[in-house]
Amino acid sequence: MAPAKLSPRAQSALVWAVYAVGLAPALWTFWLGASNQLGADPVKTFERFLGLWTIRFLILTLAITPLRDLGLFNGLRYRRALGLLAFYYAALHFLTYAVLDQTMVLSAIVADVVKRPFITFGMIALTLLVPLAVTSNNASIRRLGSRWSSLHRLVYPVAALGALHYSMAVKVLGAEQYIHIGLLVLLLAYRIARPRLMEAKRQKRRAAA
Amino acid sequence: AALKTVPSPYRLDEELTPRESVTTYNNFYEFGTDKGDPAANSGTFKPMPWTVEVGGMVAKPKTFGLEDLMKAYPIEERIYRMRCVEAWSMVIPWNGFPLASLLKAVEPLGSAKYVAFESVVRPEEMPGQTGGFQPLPWPYVEGLRLDEAMHPLTLLAVGLYGETLPNQNGAPIRLVVPWKYGFKGIKSIVKITLTDKQPPSTWNILAPQEYGFYSNVNPAVDHPRWSQATERRIGTGGFFGTSRVDTLPFNGYADDVASLYAGMDLKANF
Repeated sequence: MAPAKLSPRAQSALVWAVYAVGLAPALWTFWLGASNQLGADPVKTFERFLGLWTIRFLILTLAITPLRDLGLFNGLRYRRALGLLAFYYAALHFLTYAVLDQTMVLSAIVADVVKRPFITFGMIALTLLVPLAVTSNNASIRRLGSRWSSLHRLVYPVAALGALHYSMAVKVLGAEQYIHIGLLVLLLAYRIARPRLMEAKRQKRRAAA
Repeated sequence: AALKTVPSPYRLDEELTPRESVTTYNNFYEFGTDKGDPAANSGTFKPMPWTVEVGGMVAKPKTFGLEDLMKAYPIEERIYRMRCVEAWSMVIPWNGFPLASLLKAVEPLGSAKYVAFESVVRPEEMPGQTGGFQPLPWPYVEGLRLDEAMHPLTLLAVGLYGETLPNQNGAPIRLVVPWKYGFKGIKSIVKITLTDKQPPSTWNILAPQEYGFYSNVNPAVDHPRWSQATERRIGTGGFFGTSRVDTLPFNGYADDVASLYAGMDLKANF
Protein backbone atom coordinates (compact mmCIF):
# COMPACT_ATOMS: atom_id res chain seq x y z
CA MET A 1 0.00 0.00 0.00
CA ALA A 2 1.44 3.35 -0.95
CA PRO A 3 1.45 5.85 1.92
CA ALA A 4 -1.00 8.68 1.40
CA LYS A 5 0.64 11.91 0.36
CA LEU A 6 0.09 14.52 3.04
CA SER A 7 1.44 18.00 3.41
CA PRO A 8 3.90 18.44 6.32
CA ARG A 9 1.34 20.59 8.06
CA ALA A 10 -1.34 17.89 7.81
CA GLN A 11 1.15 15.29 9.03
CA SER A 12 2.00 17.32 12.07
CA ALA A 13 -1.69 17.98 12.75
CA LEU A 14 -2.33 14.23 12.70
CA VAL A 15 0.42 13.63 15.26
CA TRP A 16 -1.07 16.26 17.54
CA ALA A 17 -4.44 14.60 17.07
CA VAL A 18 -2.93 11.34 18.39
CA TYR A 19 -1.81 13.16 21.56
CA ALA A 20 -5.21 14.80 21.98
CA VAL A 21 -7.22 11.62 21.37
CA GLY A 22 -4.77 9.62 23.49
CA LEU A 23 -5.02 11.88 26.52
CA ALA A 24 -8.79 12.30 26.28
CA PRO A 25 -9.68 9.04 28.13
CA ALA A 26 -7.50 10.04 31.09
CA LEU A 27 -8.92 13.55 31.28
CA TRP A 28 -12.50 12.40 30.86
CA THR A 29 -12.17 9.65 33.48
CA PHE A 30 -10.44 12.02 35.89
CA TRP A 31 -13.41 14.37 35.52
CA LEU A 32 -15.81 11.48 36.19
CA GLY A 33 -13.89 10.55 39.33
CA ALA A 34 -13.62 14.11 40.60
CA SER A 35 -17.34 14.69 40.10
CA ASN A 36 -18.45 11.43 41.76
CA GLN A 37 -19.48 9.61 38.58
CA LEU A 38 -16.95 6.79 38.72
CA GLY A 39 -18.75 4.32 40.95
CA ALA A 40 -18.22 3.26 44.53
CA ASP A 41 -14.42 3.00 44.49
CA PRO A 42 -13.34 5.77 42.10
CA VAL A 43 -9.68 5.77 43.17
CA LYS A 44 -9.19 2.08 42.42
CA THR A 45 -11.22 2.34 39.23
CA PHE A 46 -9.10 5.25 37.95
CA GLU A 47 -5.85 3.56 38.99
CA ARG A 48 -6.76 0.37 37.08
CA PHE A 49 -8.00 2.38 34.10
CA LEU A 50 -4.67 4.22 33.78
CA GLY A 51 -2.73 0.98 34.12
CA LEU A 52 -4.80 -0.70 31.42
CA TRP A 53 -4.31 2.20 29.01
CA THR A 54 -0.56 2.16 29.67
CA ILE A 55 -0.60 -1.44 28.45
CA ARG A 56 -2.73 -0.45 25.46
CA PHE A 57 -0.35 2.31 24.38
CA LEU A 58 2.61 -0.05 24.79
CA ILE A 59 0.80 -2.50 22.50
CA LEU A 60 0.14 0.23 19.90
CA THR A 61 3.76 1.46 20.09
CA LEU A 62 5.11 -2.05 19.55
CA ALA A 63 2.61 -2.76 16.76
CA ILE A 64 3.99 -0.03 14.47
CA THR A 65 6.96 -2.04 13.21
CA PRO A 66 5.15 -5.33 12.40
CA LEU A 67 2.30 -3.45 10.71
CA ARG A 68 4.85 -1.70 8.54
CA ASP A 69 6.74 -4.93 7.82
CA LEU A 70 3.52 -6.56 6.73
CA GLY A 71 2.75 -3.62 4.48
CA LEU A 72 -0.52 -2.95 6.28
CA PHE A 73 0.09 0.50 7.71
CA ASN A 74 3.05 2.83 7.89
CA GLY A 75 2.58 4.57 11.24
CA LEU A 76 6.18 5.37 11.99
CA ARG A 77 5.42 9.05 12.39
CA TYR A 78 2.97 8.28 15.21
CA ARG A 79 5.27 6.00 17.17
CA ARG A 80 6.84 8.71 19.31
CA ALA A 81 3.42 10.02 20.33
CA LEU A 82 2.19 6.53 21.22
CA GLY A 83 5.33 5.76 23.22
CA LEU A 84 5.07 9.03 25.11
CA LEU A 85 1.39 8.39 25.80
CA ALA A 86 2.38 5.04 27.35
CA PHE A 87 4.82 6.95 29.56
CA TYR A 88 2.25 9.61 30.51
CA TYR A 89 -0.31 6.96 31.46
CA ALA A 90 2.28 5.00 33.46
CA ALA A 91 3.27 8.19 35.32
CA LEU A 92 -0.39 9.07 36.01
CA HIS A 93 -1.02 5.48 37.14
CA PHE A 94 1.81 5.81 39.67
CA LEU A 95 0.69 9.30 40.77
CA THR A 96 -2.86 8.07 41.35
CA TYR A 97 -1.54 5.18 43.40
CA ALA A 98 0.78 7.43 45.43
CA VAL A 99 -1.45 10.48 45.94
CA LEU A 100 -5.08 9.28 45.83
CA ASP A 101 -4.74 5.64 46.88
CA GLN A 102 -1.89 5.67 49.40
CA THR A 103 -2.61 9.34 50.29
CA MET A 104 1.11 10.17 50.03
CA VAL A 105 2.09 8.04 53.03
CA LEU A 106 5.69 7.54 51.95
CA SER A 107 6.36 4.62 54.31
CA ALA A 108 3.43 2.68 52.85
CA ILE A 109 4.60 3.36 49.28
CA VAL A 110 8.20 2.35 49.99
CA ALA A 111 7.04 -0.79 51.80
CA ASP A 112 4.88 -1.73 48.79
CA VAL A 113 7.67 -1.18 46.27
CA VAL A 114 10.19 -3.16 48.32
CA LYS A 115 7.97 -6.00 49.58
CA ARG A 116 5.56 -6.70 46.75
CA PRO A 117 7.14 -8.12 43.58
CA PHE A 118 4.33 -6.96 41.26
CA ILE A 119 4.75 -3.38 42.46
CA THR A 120 8.54 -3.68 42.22
CA PHE A 121 8.20 -4.81 38.58
CA GLY A 122 5.85 -1.94 37.82
CA MET A 123 8.20 0.55 39.44
CA ILE A 124 11.19 -0.75 37.43
CA ALA A 125 9.17 -0.50 34.22
CA LEU A 126 8.20 3.10 34.96
CA THR A 127 11.81 3.97 35.84
CA LEU A 128 13.05 2.45 32.57
CA LEU A 129 10.51 4.52 30.65
CA VAL A 130 11.96 7.79 32.01
CA PRO A 131 15.18 7.82 29.89
CA LEU A 132 13.11 6.89 26.85
CA ALA A 133 10.73 9.78 27.42
CA VAL A 134 13.59 12.20 28.10
CA THR A 135 15.38 11.26 24.85
CA SER A 136 12.28 11.24 22.68
CA ASN A 137 13.13 14.57 21.01
CA ASN A 138 14.89 15.16 17.70
CA ALA A 139 17.92 16.75 19.36
CA SER A 140 18.55 13.59 21.40
CA ILE A 141 18.15 11.39 18.35
CA ARG A 142 20.84 13.43 16.54
CA ARG A 143 23.15 13.60 19.54
CA LEU A 144 22.93 9.90 20.47
CA GLY A 145 23.18 8.56 16.92
CA SER A 146 23.14 4.76 16.83
CA ARG A 147 23.14 4.62 20.64
CA TRP A 148 19.62 6.05 20.54
CA SER A 149 18.27 2.87 18.91
CA SER A 150 20.06 0.70 21.44
CA LEU A 151 18.71 2.77 24.32
CA HIS A 152 15.16 2.61 23.01
CA ARG A 153 15.26 -1.19 22.91
CA LEU A 154 14.54 -0.78 26.63
CA VAL A 155 10.91 -0.69 25.58
CA TYR A 156 11.05 -4.51 25.28
CA PRO A 157 11.92 -5.16 28.94
CA VAL A 158 9.41 -2.43 29.85
CA ALA A 159 6.68 -4.29 27.97
CA ALA A 160 7.65 -7.61 29.55
CA LEU A 161 7.67 -6.08 33.06
CA GLY A 162 4.38 -4.35 32.34
CA ALA A 163 2.79 -7.64 31.31
CA LEU A 164 4.14 -9.30 34.46
CA HIS A 165 2.94 -6.43 36.68
CA TYR A 166 -0.51 -6.57 35.13
CA SER A 167 -0.87 -10.35 35.38
CA MET A 168 0.21 -10.36 39.04
CA ALA A 169 -1.97 -7.42 40.07
CA VAL A 170 -5.26 -9.24 39.57
CA LYS A 171 -6.81 -11.95 41.71
CA VAL A 172 -7.67 -14.15 38.75
CA LEU A 173 -6.76 -13.86 35.07
CA GLY A 174 -9.75 -13.16 32.83
CA ALA A 175 -10.42 -12.42 29.17
CA GLU A 176 -9.17 -8.83 29.52
CA GLN A 177 -5.79 -10.00 30.84
CA TYR A 178 -5.42 -12.84 28.33
CA ILE A 179 -6.09 -10.51 25.38
CA HIS A 180 -3.77 -7.66 26.44
CA ILE A 181 -0.95 -9.84 27.74
CA GLY A 182 -1.34 -12.15 24.73
CA LEU A 183 -0.85 -9.21 22.36
CA LEU A 184 2.25 -8.05 24.26
CA VAL A 185 3.74 -11.55 24.18
CA LEU A 186 3.00 -11.80 20.45
CA LEU A 187 4.64 -8.44 19.73
CA LEU A 188 7.73 -9.32 21.78
CA ALA A 189 7.96 -12.72 20.10
CA TYR A 190 7.83 -10.95 16.74
CA ARG A 191 10.94 -8.97 17.72
CA ILE A 192 12.78 -12.23 18.30
CA ALA A 193 11.67 -13.74 14.99
CA ARG A 194 12.03 -10.51 12.98
CA PRO A 195 15.70 -10.79 11.85
CA ARG A 196 15.01 -14.20 10.32
CA LEU A 197 11.77 -13.02 8.69
CA MET A 198 13.52 -10.01 7.19
CA GLU A 199 16.33 -12.20 5.88
CA ALA A 200 13.85 -14.55 4.20
CA LYS A 201 12.11 -11.59 2.61
CA ARG A 202 15.39 -10.22 1.26
CA GLN A 203 16.32 -13.59 -0.25
CA LYS A 204 12.96 -13.88 -1.93
CA ARG A 205 13.37 -10.45 -3.44
CA ARG A 206 16.87 -11.35 -4.66
CA ALA A 207 15.60 -14.58 -6.21
CA ALA A 208 12.86 -12.69 -8.00
CA ALA A 209 15.30 -10.10 -9.37
CA ALA B 1 -39.61 -6.37 48.75
CA ALA B 2 -39.70 -4.60 52.10
CA LEU B 3 -38.89 -6.73 55.15
CA LYS B 4 -40.43 -6.58 58.60
CA THR B 5 -37.46 -6.24 60.92
CA VAL B 6 -36.82 -6.06 64.64
CA PRO B 7 -34.10 -3.96 66.26
CA SER B 8 -30.87 -5.57 67.37
CA PRO B 9 -28.13 -4.52 69.77
CA TYR B 10 -25.53 -4.92 67.00
CA ARG B 11 -25.80 -1.47 65.54
CA LEU B 12 -22.52 0.14 64.65
CA ASP B 13 -22.59 3.90 65.09
CA GLU B 14 -20.82 4.83 61.84
CA GLU B 15 -21.99 6.48 58.66
CA LEU B 16 -23.70 3.96 56.38
CA THR B 17 -22.27 3.24 52.94
CA PRO B 18 -24.87 4.45 50.42
CA ARG B 19 -27.18 1.68 49.18
CA GLU B 20 -26.14 2.57 45.64
CA SER B 21 -22.50 1.65 46.43
CA VAL B 22 -23.44 -1.50 48.36
CA THR B 23 -25.44 -2.78 45.40
CA THR B 24 -23.18 -1.77 42.50
CA TYR B 25 -19.69 -2.60 43.80
CA ASN B 26 -19.65 -6.36 44.36
CA ASN B 27 -17.42 -9.37 44.13
CA PHE B 28 -19.69 -12.19 42.98
CA TYR B 29 -17.71 -14.02 40.31
CA GLU B 30 -20.70 -16.18 39.37
CA PHE B 31 -21.89 -13.06 37.52
CA GLY B 32 -18.46 -11.86 36.29
CA THR B 33 -15.17 -10.68 37.74
CA ASP B 34 -15.66 -6.94 37.36
CA LYS B 35 -17.12 -5.12 40.38
CA GLY B 36 -19.98 -3.84 38.23
CA ASP B 37 -20.75 -7.25 36.65
CA PRO B 38 -22.98 -8.63 39.44
CA ALA B 39 -25.35 -5.65 39.28
CA ALA B 40 -25.29 -5.68 35.45
CA ASN B 41 -25.60 -9.44 34.87
CA SER B 42 -27.80 -10.80 37.66
CA GLY B 43 -31.17 -9.66 36.30
CA THR B 44 -32.21 -13.11 35.09
CA PHE B 45 -31.28 -14.89 38.34
CA LYS B 46 -34.37 -16.31 40.11
CA PRO B 47 -33.86 -16.39 43.88
CA MET B 48 -37.36 -17.76 44.53
CA PRO B 49 -38.41 -20.43 45.25
CA TRP B 50 -35.35 -21.46 47.28
CA THR B 51 -34.38 -24.21 49.65
CA VAL B 52 -31.39 -24.71 51.93
CA GLU B 53 -30.36 -28.26 52.71
CA VAL B 54 -28.90 -28.59 56.22
CA GLY B 55 -27.31 -31.93 57.06
CA GLY B 56 -24.18 -33.84 57.91
CA MET B 57 -23.41 -34.47 61.58
CA VAL B 58 -26.78 -33.38 62.93
CA ALA B 59 -29.61 -35.21 64.68
CA LYS B 60 -32.33 -33.67 62.53
CA PRO B 61 -31.21 -32.98 58.97
CA LYS B 62 -33.75 -30.92 57.05
CA THR B 63 -34.27 -29.01 53.84
CA PHE B 64 -35.75 -25.62 54.65
CA GLY B 65 -37.84 -23.48 52.36
CA LEU B 66 -36.61 -19.90 52.47
CA GLU B 67 -40.05 -18.47 53.22
CA ASP B 68 -40.39 -20.83 56.19
CA LEU B 69 -37.03 -19.70 57.53
CA MET B 70 -38.04 -16.06 57.26
CA LYS B 71 -41.23 -16.81 59.17
CA ALA B 72 -39.52 -18.95 61.80
CA TYR B 73 -36.92 -16.40 62.89
CA PRO B 74 -37.33 -12.70 63.56
CA ILE B 75 -35.41 -10.68 60.94
CA GLU B 76 -33.04 -8.34 62.76
CA GLU B 77 -31.41 -5.22 61.42
CA ARG B 78 -27.68 -5.28 62.12
CA ILE B 79 -25.24 -2.60 61.10
CA TYR B 80 -21.84 -4.20 60.50
CA ARG B 81 -18.53 -3.15 59.04
CA MET B 82 -17.63 -5.14 55.92
CA ARG B 83 -13.91 -5.38 55.25
CA CYS B 84 -12.95 -6.80 51.85
CA VAL B 85 -9.63 -8.64 51.58
CA GLU B 86 -8.82 -6.15 48.79
CA ALA B 87 -8.42 -3.41 51.43
CA TRP B 88 -11.68 -1.54 51.00
CA SER B 89 -14.57 -1.43 53.42
CA MET B 90 -18.21 -0.51 53.82
CA VAL B 91 -20.75 -0.09 56.63
CA ILE B 92 -23.88 -2.09 55.76
CA PRO B 93 -27.28 -2.45 57.42
CA TRP B 94 -27.98 -6.17 56.98
CA ASN B 95 -31.27 -7.91 57.69
CA GLY B 96 -31.15 -11.49 58.85
CA PHE B 97 -31.07 -13.98 61.68
CA PRO B 98 -28.21 -15.66 63.53
CA LEU B 99 -26.82 -18.79 61.87
CA ALA B 100 -26.86 -20.29 65.37
CA SER B 101 -30.68 -20.31 65.35
CA LEU B 102 -30.75 -22.50 62.26
CA LEU B 103 -27.97 -24.79 63.48
CA LYS B 104 -29.70 -25.33 66.84
CA ALA B 105 -32.84 -26.41 64.99
CA VAL B 106 -31.02 -29.33 63.35
CA GLU B 107 -29.21 -30.30 66.60
CA PRO B 108 -25.49 -30.67 65.80
CA LEU B 109 -23.93 -33.90 67.05
CA GLY B 110 -21.06 -33.79 69.54
CA SER B 111 -18.72 -35.00 66.79
CA ALA B 112 -19.40 -31.95 64.59
CA LYS B 113 -16.50 -29.48 64.64
CA TYR B 114 -16.95 -27.45 61.43
CA VAL B 115 -19.66 -26.10 59.17
CA ALA B 116 -19.31 -26.27 55.37
CA PHE B 117 -21.28 -24.02 53.01
CA GLU B 118 -22.04 -24.35 49.32
CA SER B 119 -23.31 -21.78 46.79
CA VAL B 120 -25.72 -22.36 43.96
CA VAL B 121 -24.56 -23.50 40.50
CA ARG B 122 -26.84 -22.27 37.70
CA PRO B 123 -24.86 -21.61 34.53
CA GLU B 124 -28.06 -20.75 32.69
CA GLU B 125 -28.70 -17.85 35.09
CA MET B 126 -25.13 -16.99 36.10
CA PRO B 127 -23.00 -15.85 33.14
CA GLY B 128 -19.73 -16.22 35.09
CA GLN B 129 -20.36 -19.96 35.30
CA THR B 130 -20.34 -20.43 31.51
CA GLY B 131 -17.89 -19.77 28.71
CA GLY B 132 -14.17 -20.02 28.26
CA PHE B 133 -12.87 -17.83 31.06
CA GLN B 134 -14.28 -19.25 34.25
CA PRO B 135 -12.35 -17.70 37.11
CA LEU B 136 -13.21 -20.15 39.91
CA PRO B 137 -14.19 -23.79 40.29
CA TRP B 138 -17.90 -24.12 41.05
CA PRO B 139 -19.65 -24.36 43.38
CA TYR B 140 -18.12 -21.66 45.57
CA VAL B 141 -17.52 -23.27 48.96
CA GLU B 142 -16.70 -21.85 52.38
CA GLY B 143 -16.35 -23.04 55.94
CA LEU B 144 -16.31 -22.01 59.57
CA ARG B 145 -15.33 -23.68 62.81
CA LEU B 146 -18.49 -24.67 64.70
CA ASP B 147 -17.84 -22.15 67.50
CA GLU B 148 -17.43 -19.39 64.89
CA ALA B 149 -20.65 -20.49 63.22
CA MET B 150 -22.50 -20.48 66.56
CA HIS B 151 -21.23 -17.02 67.52
CA PRO B 152 -24.08 -14.51 67.92
CA LEU B 153 -22.43 -12.09 65.44
CA THR B 154 -22.54 -14.67 62.64
CA LEU B 155 -25.55 -13.81 60.51
CA LEU B 156 -27.54 -15.38 57.71
CA ALA B 157 -28.62 -12.28 55.81
CA VAL B 158 -31.79 -12.24 53.72
CA GLY B 159 -31.87 -8.50 53.12
CA LEU B 160 -30.09 -5.17 53.33
CA TYR B 161 -31.34 -1.66 53.85
CA GLY B 162 -34.70 -3.14 54.95
CA GLU B 163 -35.40 -4.96 51.69
CA THR B 164 -34.85 -8.50 50.42
CA LEU B 165 -31.30 -9.09 49.17
CA PRO B 166 -30.65 -7.86 45.64
CA ASN B 167 -29.39 -10.68 43.40
CA GLN B 168 -25.93 -9.12 43.18
CA ASN B 169 -25.54 -9.21 46.97
CA GLY B 170 -26.17 -12.95 47.27
CA ALA B 171 -29.93 -13.43 47.07
CA PRO B 172 -31.84 -14.90 48.62
CA ILE B 173 -29.66 -15.91 51.59
CA ARG B 174 -25.99 -15.35 52.37
CA LEU B 175 -23.52 -15.54 55.21
CA VAL B 176 -22.15 -12.46 56.99
CA VAL B 177 -19.19 -12.92 59.36
CA PRO B 178 -18.21 -9.35 60.22
CA TRP B 179 -14.81 -10.06 61.77
CA LYS B 180 -13.58 -11.94 58.71
CA TYR B 181 -12.71 -10.77 55.21
CA GLY B 182 -15.74 -10.39 52.96
CA PHE B 183 -15.09 -13.45 50.80
CA LYS B 184 -15.94 -15.69 53.78
CA GLY B 185 -19.50 -14.39 53.42
CA ILE B 186 -20.63 -17.01 50.91
CA LYS B 187 -23.61 -15.97 48.79
CA SER B 188 -26.76 -17.71 47.50
CA ILE B 189 -26.36 -20.65 49.90
CA VAL B 190 -28.00 -23.95 48.94
CA LYS B 191 -26.29 -26.35 51.32
CA ILE B 192 -24.94 -26.33 54.88
CA THR B 193 -23.12 -29.42 56.15
CA LEU B 194 -21.79 -30.08 59.64
CA THR B 195 -18.58 -32.07 59.64
CA ASP B 196 -15.63 -33.14 61.79
CA LYS B 197 -12.99 -32.04 59.25
CA GLN B 198 -11.93 -28.55 58.22
CA PRO B 199 -13.91 -27.94 55.02
CA PRO B 200 -12.32 -26.63 51.82
CA SER B 201 -12.83 -22.95 50.93
CA THR B 202 -12.68 -21.64 47.38
CA TRP B 203 -10.06 -18.88 47.64
CA ASN B 204 -7.89 -21.04 49.86
CA ILE B 205 -7.92 -23.79 47.20
CA LEU B 206 -7.04 -21.25 44.51
CA ALA B 207 -4.24 -19.36 46.30
CA PRO B 208 -3.44 -20.90 49.71
CA GLN B 209 -0.53 -18.51 50.32
CA GLU B 210 -2.86 -15.52 49.93
CA TYR B 211 -6.10 -16.62 51.56
CA GLY B 212 -6.20 -18.73 54.74
CA PHE B 213 -9.04 -20.78 56.16
CA TYR B 214 -9.60 -18.34 59.02
CA SER B 215 -9.19 -15.07 57.12
CA ASN B 216 -9.85 -13.01 60.21
CA VAL B 217 -9.36 -9.31 59.54
CA ASN B 218 -5.84 -8.63 60.81
CA PRO B 219 -3.90 -5.41 60.14
CA ALA B 220 -0.69 -7.15 61.25
CA VAL B 221 -0.79 -9.83 58.55
CA ASP B 222 -0.30 -8.43 55.04
CA HIS B 223 -1.76 -9.96 51.96
CA PRO B 224 1.32 -10.94 49.90
CA ARG B 225 0.41 -8.27 47.33
CA TRP B 226 -0.78 -5.42 49.53
CA SER B 227 -0.78 -4.19 53.10
CA GLN B 228 -3.80 -4.88 55.31
CA ALA B 229 -2.88 -2.14 57.79
CA THR B 230 -5.32 0.38 56.30
CA GLU B 231 -8.44 0.34 54.13
CA ARG B 232 -10.28 2.61 51.70
CA ARG B 233 -13.67 3.37 53.22
CA ILE B 234 -16.11 3.47 50.34
CA GLY B 235 -18.03 6.74 50.54
CA THR B 236 -19.48 9.36 48.28
CA GLY B 237 -18.05 12.39 46.56
CA GLY B 238 -15.70 10.78 44.05
CA PHE B 239 -11.92 10.86 44.52
CA PHE B 240 -12.09 13.24 47.40
CA GLY B 241 -14.85 11.44 49.32
CA THR B 242 -12.82 8.25 49.72
CA SER B 243 -10.92 8.12 52.98
CA ARG B 244 -8.21 5.77 54.16
CA VAL B 245 -8.74 4.51 57.70
CA ASP B 246 -6.80 2.16 59.94
CA THR B 247 -7.91 -1.46 59.82
CA LEU B 248 -8.84 -2.82 63.25
CA PRO B 249 -7.98 -6.30 64.57
CA PHE B 250 -10.96 -8.58 63.91
CA ASN B 251 -12.45 -5.63 62.00
CA GLY B 252 -13.28 -3.90 65.29
CA TYR B 253 -15.06 -6.95 66.80
CA ALA B 254 -12.11 -8.10 68.94
CA ASP B 255 -14.05 -7.71 72.21
CA ASP B 256 -16.65 -10.16 70.91
CA VAL B 257 -14.53 -12.74 69.14
CA ALA B 258 -10.85 -12.58 70.16
CA SER B 259 -11.50 -15.23 72.83
CA LEU B 260 -12.38 -17.75 70.09
CA TYR B 261 -8.71 -17.71 69.09
CA ALA B 262 -7.03 -17.64 72.52
CA GLY B 263 -3.60 -19.25 72.32
CA MET B 264 -3.64 -19.49 68.54
CA ASP B 265 -0.84 -18.06 66.40
CA LEU B 266 -2.86 -15.73 64.16
CA LYS B 267 0.09 -15.19 61.81
CA ALA B 268 0.34 -18.90 61.06
CA ASN B 269 -3.44 -19.37 61.08
CA PHE B 270 -4.22 -16.38 58.87
